Amino acid sequence: MKMTRKEFLKLTGAGLVLVFGGQELAALDRMAQAPGPNGAKPQRRKQWAMIVDTRKCAKDRGCTSCMEACDWAHNIPDIPDNAHQIKWVWNEPVDKVFNDYDVRYMEESQRTEPIPVMCNHCDSPPCVRVCPTGATWKRPEDGIVMMDWHRCIGCRYCMAACPYGARSFNWVDPRPYIKKLNPDFPTRTKGVVEKCCFCDERLAVGKAPACVEACPEKAMMFGDVNDPKSEIREVLAKNYVLRRRPELGTGPNIYYLI
Amino acid sequence: MFLFEKALVGSRRYKIWVGALLAYITLAFVVYLYQLNQGLGITGMSRNVSWGLYIGQFTFLVGVAASAVMVVLPYYLHNRKEFGRMTILGESLAVAAVTMCLMFIMIDMGKPMRALNVLLYPQFHSIMFWDMVSLGGYLILNAVITVNALHAEQQDLPLPRWLMPIILLSIPWAISIHTVTGFLYAGLPGRLSWRTAIMAPRFLASAFAAGPALLILLSLLLRKLTRYDVGKRAINGLAVIVTYAMVINTFFILMEFFTAMYSRVPGLTEDFQDIYLGQLVHTSLLPWGRTSLVLMAAALIMLLIPKIRRNERTLAIACGLVFLSLWIDKGFCMVVGGFIPSPLGTITRYVPTLPEIAITVGVWAVGALMITVFYKIALAVNAGEEEPAHAPIAEVAHSVTAIGSAAQASSTSLHPGLMPSGPDGRGAAGKDEQSWHR
Repeated sequence: MKMTRKEFLKLTGAGLVLVFGGQELAALDRMAQAPGPNGAKPQRRKQWAMIVDTRKCAKDRGCTSCMEACDWAHNIPDIPDNAHQIKWVWNEPVDKVFNDYDVRYMEESQRTEPIPVMCNHCDSPPCVRVCPTGATWKRPEDGIVMMDWHRCIGCRYCMAACPYGARSFNWVDPRPYIKKLNPDFPTRTKGVVEKCCFCDERLAVGKAPACVEACPEKAMMFGDVNDPKSEIREVLAKNYVLRRRPELGTGPNIYYLI
Repeated sequence: MFLFEKALVGSRRYKIWVGALLAYITLAFVVYLYQLNQGLGITGMSRNVSWGLYIGQFTFLVGVAASAVMVVLPYYLHNRKEFGRMTILGESLAVAAVTMCLMFIMIDMGKPMRALNVLLYPQFHSIMFWDMVSLGGYLILNAVITVNALHAEQQDLPLPRWLMPIILLSIPWAISIHTVTGFLYAGLPGRLSWRTAIMAPRFLASAFAAGPALLILLSLLLRKLTRYDVGKRAINGLAVIVTYAMVINTFFILMEFFTAMYSRVPGLTEDFQDIYLGQLVHTSLLPWGRTSLVLMAAALIMLLIPKIRRNERTLAIACGLVFLSLWIDKGFCMVVGGFIPSPLGTITRYVPTLPEIAITVGVWAVGALMITVFYKIALAVNAGEEEPAHAPIAEVAHSVTAIGSAAQASSTSLHPGLMPSGPDGRGAAGKDEQSWHR
């Protein structure tokens, strides 16, 4: 999964030719134009982020398009036992996601509205801090919290450290539970931890994350939050947004429009 | 291996005990192979409660290992001779406990075959890396000390001079292993019930109660089974240490209780209610937490009454209660409690499965086997010519000096010739103090 900046830019260029429009392309484009010789650090570090517009999401209550897209794209097994489930992006009711916000008197339908949750790709990720092998790390060029399934020893310290419950452990061999195999993405083995990778494999070819692309209501917006001119920053400038447990200082990068 | 031949001979009872342990360990190993094959899904752990019995046992045993310092410190730093015979028991208990810790870490890993990644890609910002450094270091320190102390005793020589700084280093090192283990938990932002500055101090207090309590029980058992007597003064001295540690531990728990219950910060309050009160929800932890509290209170009352503490029979009961209550509290409730409720507010029951328990008991059996073998060797060395059956073996196995000193050893118990040279400087006198009996 790891690649140098040069390879990343090359693939990004290929992606630009291939692909459909969208704000993330503009962001990628700006990054490609960032000055500096090969190997030198880009002047401005990118930080991919996402806004989930829960009002748009609520339009179709039973919708699971984002999850289905992710499950297929990443060969996520469908394990019947709750205790052993693997989740990258999944639904939780508003009052559970924001259980430290006061949602007591919110209308019942709004309070129990399922909204998507996933890895927050934190600015200061506790999972990365505690990992004893460097199997999970924050990618310097774009702030994605990455996961190396070949280095992970399965100690699950990251799961204890994550304040969002965004990490899953392969308690059993996941392969028999994969419904439809995506041959372009690796499957995992039992005994390692995994989580949402912000579709780094799709970003590399200039595509938006699978969940963003799959959402029929266009309720998910993806972009570089470090770029003051990005569309995502425009939305953040004009709206009041919530993040999960910001008081912990982890700096989550998933924003919710309520 | 050094002196290992002494563990190969023994009474019928000894052989049956060792045989039974080996048989069970083999069985537990087969269950572990099943876990390795099927994955950790065969345990009761889950997405929400991702650490359980294994990591709980690890945490508890780090405490038992650290507690060796409670005999080493008074003996070497304060020249308290009565702890002499107990020191070697404490040091070898530490070796066994650290070994068990490492085993629990390994069996809890999803990919144990990749364990060396911790060394290949060291992450200095990970507390787990530092825990490995401190535990590994402590194991080496105590192994070196134990082997050399036994060697010195066998040859009736004073402890080598170079060993003294290592013994002194092992004292702060013992504190460090449990402090770093406390940091494993206290440094996580999202787990409110763990994120308390008193975590490491509380770990140490409970360790210095549970470890010495176990040592008292082992010493009493040894006297019953063999002729080896650590002495009444050592037992009483250690009982006082257990009492103090238990008082401090209870004090710390009450401090946590106050902060949690009076501040009414939901996450904190809920956790205490889950474990001890059960007002909000009934989790699998509640009966355990309550049992632990009741046992702790009973043990504390017994220890605080001098008459009960000085009577060895009642002291044994009190020590059993101390050990059991802290084992429940630290080896189960503390770890599992941190995961309930989950970050998304889910209450998940955690009940260890049969294979999980079988593997856990297997590691304890390995610990029991190590203790048996270590104490057998220590006693054989101590008894010297009392057991002529294996004296020739020892002579063959060791150098000319060993043979010479074996002949020289004519008293019923050998002189350790330990010269405490702590900061108080009392050890300088040396020679005439060689008559202490370990």
